[in-house]
Formats: sequence, structure tokens, C-alpha cells
Amino acid sequence: MTTGLKAKHQRLILIVIAVVVLIGAALLAAYALRNQASYFYVPAQMAADPPTVGQAVRLGGMVQEGSLETLADGVTFAFTVGDGEAIVPVRFAGILPDLFIEGSGVVAEGRLNNGGTFVADNLLAKHDENYVPRELQEMTEHQAREVVAETTDTGA
Amino acid sequence: MIAELGLAALWLAAALAVLQLVAGALSQREGAEELAALVRPAAIVQGFIAAFAFLMLLVLFAQTDLSVKLVAMNSHSDKPMIFKLSGAFGNHEGSMLLWITVMALAGSLIAAVERRLPEKTMLATLAAQAFVGVGFYAFLLLSSNPFERLPEPALEGMGLNPLLQDIGLVFHPPTLYIGYVGLSVAFSFAVGALLTRQVTPDFARAMRPWVLGAWIFLTLGITAGSYWAYYELGWGGWWFWDPVENASLMPWLAATALLHSASVLASRDALRTWTIMLGVVAFSMSMVGTFLVRSGILTSVHAFAVDPERGTFILGLLVIYIGGALLLFGLRAGTVSEGTRFSVTSREGALVFNNVMLTALLGIVLLGTLYPLFTEAFDVRVSVGPPYFNPVGAIFVVPMLMVMAVGPLLRWRKDSISRIRLPLLIIGGATLAALVLISLLTSIAILPLLGLVLAVGLGIGSFMPIRGRKLRLLPIATWGMMVAHFGIAVALFGMASESAFSEETLAAVAIGGSAEVGPWNIVLTEVSPTAGPNWTALEGRLLASYDGAAAIEVNPQSRNFWAPPQETTESALATRWNGQLYAVVGREAGDGRWQLRLWWKPFVTFIWYGGILVALGGVLALIGRVMADLKRRAIKSRGAIRRAETAA
Repeated sequence: MTTGLKAKHQRLILIVIAVVVLIGAALLAAYALRNQASYFYVPAQMAADPPTVGQAVRLGGMVQEGSLETLADGVTFAFTVGDGEAIVPVRFAGILPDLFIEGSGVVAEGRLNNGGTFVADNLLAKHDENYVPRELQEMTEHQAREVVAETTDTGA
Repeated sequence: MIAELGLAALWLAAALAVLQLVAGALSQREGAEELAALVRPAAIVQGFIAAFAFLMLLVLFAQTDLSVKLVAMNSHSDKPMIFKLSGAFGNHEGSMLLWITVMALAGSLIAAVERRLPEKTMLATLAAQAFVGVGFYAFLLLSSNPFERLPEPALEGMGLNPLLQDIGLVFHPPTLYIGYVGLSVAFSFAVGALLTRQVTPDFARAMRPWVLGAWIFLTLGITAGSYWAYYELGWGGWWFWDPVENASLMPWLAATALLHSASVLASRDALRTWTIMLGVVAFSMSMVGTFLVRSGILTSVHAFAVDPERGTFILGLLVIYIGGALLLFGLRAGTVSEGTRFSVTSREGALVFNNVMLTALLGIVLLGTLYPLFTEAFDVRVSVGPPYFNPVGAIFVVPMLMVMAVGPLLRWRKDSISRIRLPLLIIGGATLAALVLISLLTSIAILPLLGLVLAVGLGIGSFMPIRGRKLRLLPIATWGMMVAHFGIAVALFGMASESAFSEETLAAVAIGGSAEVGPWNIVLTEVSPTAGPNWTALEGRLLASYDGAAAIEVNPQSRNFWAPPQETTESALATRWNGQLYAVVGREAGDGRWQLRLWWKPFVTFIWYGGILVALGGVLALIGRVMADLKRRAIKSRGAIRRAETAA
């Protein structure tokens, strides 16, 4: 910037640069969000319109009673997640969250593999007796009532 | 009785806030000296009374007074005393009372000690502080009364979420809130300066220590929260880009930008409107954060109660305060005259660049945090995590860090690159050497690589301002800047190292069996039951040996709390100078083997050491600023005395 520039002009230039950068940031963010956000599925949606294999998504539903088994390595778990309409097999290697119980709600973060099994990197169960993952509200009325009943029971 | 005292104190404090607002606003006209005289005392007393109300809540929790709804809902007689007390703010109502107490005390403090600005501007500032306060008092009293009694006392309390029963709860919320709410002072200063058209270097000089103070606490609060989540959740991560984490990061980014632009305004009388804008934005981000966390539109361990009425209330407050301040800004910004010019290659130029990058980063985080709420309006549920925040953030962080390494070397107003050629070559050379060395020796991903390389460059660059200067004559504030910048380099090094070199082992191990993770060999010797004041646990006894050295014992637990009934995983850490071993014990696999999840995280501790260094830099800068101010004031008054003497 030359010394001949007036203060007013300098302010104008600064504003223009700041606005351009911020708009650039917003456009970049909008583009990245469309591609990088991980979408939420319930089992029925996953059965009807499955996500691309390998794409990071989240799956929410109820852990089916009697479906949980520990594989031979002692640290991999297999179970199924259902919503009353469809059932998705899930595999998870790790330590199960403290409040992971059969018949209760879970949100699994991970991706679908070629065999149609959902491979979870992370499981989110109820945080505490007052907390139900918000996505579980997507489930059918009946199951939502079940979750509510269960959470109020443990609280009493 | 105590609950009623607390409630009465709260109403009284609210009434004083109204008085402070009305008197402060009316005193803006001429001939209202009597009203003006009320404002400072009202602000000071309001702070003490709000603090008294908070003290009453602490007493109720200490006594476990089960006739009070909040205590019955969130406490339990078996809880250790420290968690009874900290449990007072481990819930929605109590935390909002802490919020308003901090806000009132901040108002008291500025009313008591701040005398640098024209009195009229100060009165407008205190009125603005009261205006924000009134809304939050109303929120507390009308929709979140912490002192509500139960029709009949409960027999026993429901207990506190076990995840919160940790020493972290003692430090994290108060430090974070002092930082969060302390920024209200910057907001009020900005509004006061706009109302009275006093956007001057004096205004920036007066505001700067307050922003620094809030920023120090915010830095410590975020650092403490990150470490707490790291060891308490048992997931081995230290930052999850969770909306509530972002809610604390956004005010920090804005406050960091504000600190730097206030320093340009104070030293060079430039960036006037920009500084005002950031003052408004910083506290607005605190309020947006509170809305996200407290309204129940997000679920997390921080969202205590899902109550739509509360969400709507806070949203209303947000619209009034942020909208009002922005409207005032829009009306008045044009009348703020231009500041002093500067050249692109100058300290100001570098600081403007840093400010624009920080603001862009703030925008990125804000958009990423709000996007799931936005798509939900269209019935699409998404979550936004590291695949978005890390690369998109890096686009702005990388150039910012580069300029940060050299910016402090530049002179104010106008400088040339050739003058600082030597330090530039040293920083650039070290950075390049690090790049070549790290990419030859390891094969790590691009982001951690950039992080490590920039950490080296910034670490060296941060102490370059010493070059050619006498150490004893260097102002304390300059030391503060160097230490804070070095802290960023240290934290960055820790983050990059953790993400590049962490090793993880997941294994089912029988008693007497062993597992390897990185340089560690771990033997599981025993799993035995143990008990605490309000929990029982299964405790693993692991003998961990680093690279064949003598074994140390680590004891991860799986705890069962009985009030409320809940299991938690307590990780065990073994800290060395060069990293941490992180061990979690899971369930029994059914055949006598126990699940162990082990991580070796090289230099992970640098993340939090860096955070502490950044805060320490802030403390040094604050000491330097306050001492310089006191000196200036002393010289001024000495000059006044001398003038009076010569006149006589």
C-alpha cells in the first residue's frame, strides 16, 4: 500500500479483503459439509436405501434381545440393531459402552461393508439415566415409548 | 430458611440490576448526577448479593437439604463432600446461577476499579452489563429457580451423574464460566463505547486487561475440560468436535482475535470498528454456546434437562442482546472515524491477517456446529465430525501459524521483509529441516506432518523477538506474548504427535497373560473387587514395563455407582516425559479372559502443557499491562501535583 493512500481507502480495502475471505470460508464450509457430514439411518432406511459401502454414517436403533455375542478373539462383538421394520447386523471391536444393554437403544458410528454388515468404530449408548440419544426419537412411536419407560424406570 | 434467603437474595440482585440499568441509562442525559452516583454502588452491591445467593445454594448442597427440589434431584447423602459442593453447579439451575454470579461479580469489579474511561462511557458500560444481567436473572427466576422447594421433602436424593463425580467438576465449570461470562465485560465495553462514541485507544487499553483475564480462564477451562474428557470417558480421545466443545472454542477464537485487535487499537489507534465488532461477537458466542448447551436442542453430558420452554427463553435473550448490539453497531459504526493507516508489511498487517484467519475459523466451527440443526429442519439427521473440522480448519490454521511465527518480529506501522531477513531464514530453515527429517524418517499423514513441522517453526519463531534485545529490558507483556505463542507450538506438537504416533491394542487377556502396545509390555496380574464411598468396582492390576524397564502398576477400574445406578469406566494412566500409557479394562469375555484396551500416546501431555503455557503467557501479559498502567497513572498524578505546585 503506497503512502498516498487515504485512511478511508485503506479501511475499505481491509473490509473487502475480510469479506472476501469470510465468504470464501463460508463457501468452503458449505461444500465440505455436504460431503463430510455423516448421515443418520434407522434400520428400515438402511434396508430400503443403503448408503454407499465404506461411507461414514450413523445407525440408530434398538439392540435386539438375545442377539449379542462375543467372538472368539474376546474383543469383537456381533449383535443386531432393529427398529421393528428391519434388522441390521452390526460388528464392533472394542469395549462396550457402560450402558450398552440388549433391548436398549444405541447409535453406532461406522460404515456398511460389502456383506451388508455394519462395522462400528464407536457405539453411543445412553449417557446416563436421563439421556437418550436424540436420534432415537426417529424410531417408531412404540419403541420411543419403550425407551421412555425404561429410562424413567431406572431413574426412580 | 436458607433456600428462601437465597431466593430473596436473587430477587434483590435482580432489582439492583434493574436499578443499575435504569440509572445508568438515564444518567446519559445532562443534569442527572444524582442518578449517576447510584450506578457504581448498585453494581458493586449486586455482585455481592448474587454471590450470597450462590453461597446459599452451596450450603443447601453441603447439608443435602432434600426439601429443595434441585438438591433432591441432583445430590445424595452418600456423596463425598467435595462432590456435594461441586454438584451445586453440576445441573442446569445451579450452573445458570453460577453464570449470573460470575456476571454480577465481573460488573462489581469494573464498577469498583475501572477509572480510565470518561465517566459517561463507564455509566453506559455498566448499564449495558446490567441490561444483559436482567435477562439472565429473569431466565433464572422465571424458568429455572434453583431454590424451589418440594411439597414434601424427598427421602433420598437421586444422586449426581457419576461421570461428573470427578475432581474435574471442581475446576472445569467455574474456570470455563469465569472465562465465558467474563467476556460480557468486553461486550458491555463495546456497547458503552458505541453509545457514547468513545472508540479510542484509551477504550482499548481499558478493555484489554478484562478481556485478557476472561481469556486466561477460558483457556484454562478448555484445557481442563479436554483433559477431563480424555481420562473420564475412556475413549482415549482429547477433542471430539462435540457441539459443546465447539461452544467453548468459539468464544475463545473470538476472544483471541479481540485481544490482538485491541492491542492494535491501544498501541496504534487503528482497527477501531473491527475491535468493537469482536467485542460484541466474543460474548455473543458465549451466549450462543449457552443456548446450544442449555436449550436441550443437543444431547450431551452437558445438556442437563430437555425443556423447550427454557430453550425458547434463551433464544429470545439471544435475539434481543445479539440483535440489539449488532443493530447499534450498524447504526453507529459509520460514525466511528477511520483509524491510523499502516503498511501491509507491519505488525498491524500481520495482526489483521491473524484476525481474519481466526474469524474465518470461527465461521467454520460455527457453521459445522449449526449445520445438523439446519438439516434437521428438513428432517435429515446428520452429524459433523473430524472429517469436516480437521481439513477445513487446517486451511485457515496453517497460514495463520506461519504468519504467527514471524508477525511479532515486525515493527508497527511500516516495516520491510529485508530487515528481518536473518530471523526469517532461521525460522524457515528450521521448518524446512523438520519437514525433510520427519518425512524421511516416518510416513505420517499430511495434517499431523504439517502440525509437527509448524510446531517446530513456531516454537523457534516465538522466541525470536528476544534477538538483539537486552533480556532485562524486555517488557513483561512481551514475555507473555512469547510464552503464549510458544504454548501454542507445544500444544500443536502434542496434537500432531498424538494423532501421528498413537498405538492401540485391543485384546482379551487371561490372568497372568500379557499384551504389547508400542514400547510397553503389560501383564494382567489380577482383577479384584474394590469399593469407594458410593461405588463398588472391579479393579484390574496391570504391571506395565516400558522398554524392558522395571514395571509400574496401573489400576483401571470398571465402577458401579448405586445412586444413580450406573457403570463407568475409569481409565488408568502412566505418564512419562515422552507420553502416556492409557489403559481401560472392559468386561470379562466369558472364558476367564478380560478385555483390555491399551494406548501408547507419545507426547500427548504436551497438548495440556501447551494450554497451561498459553494461559501463563496471558497471566504475564496481564501483569505487564496492569503494571504499565499503574506506572502511567503514577506519572500522571505526579505531573498533576507538580503542575499544581508551579501554579501555586
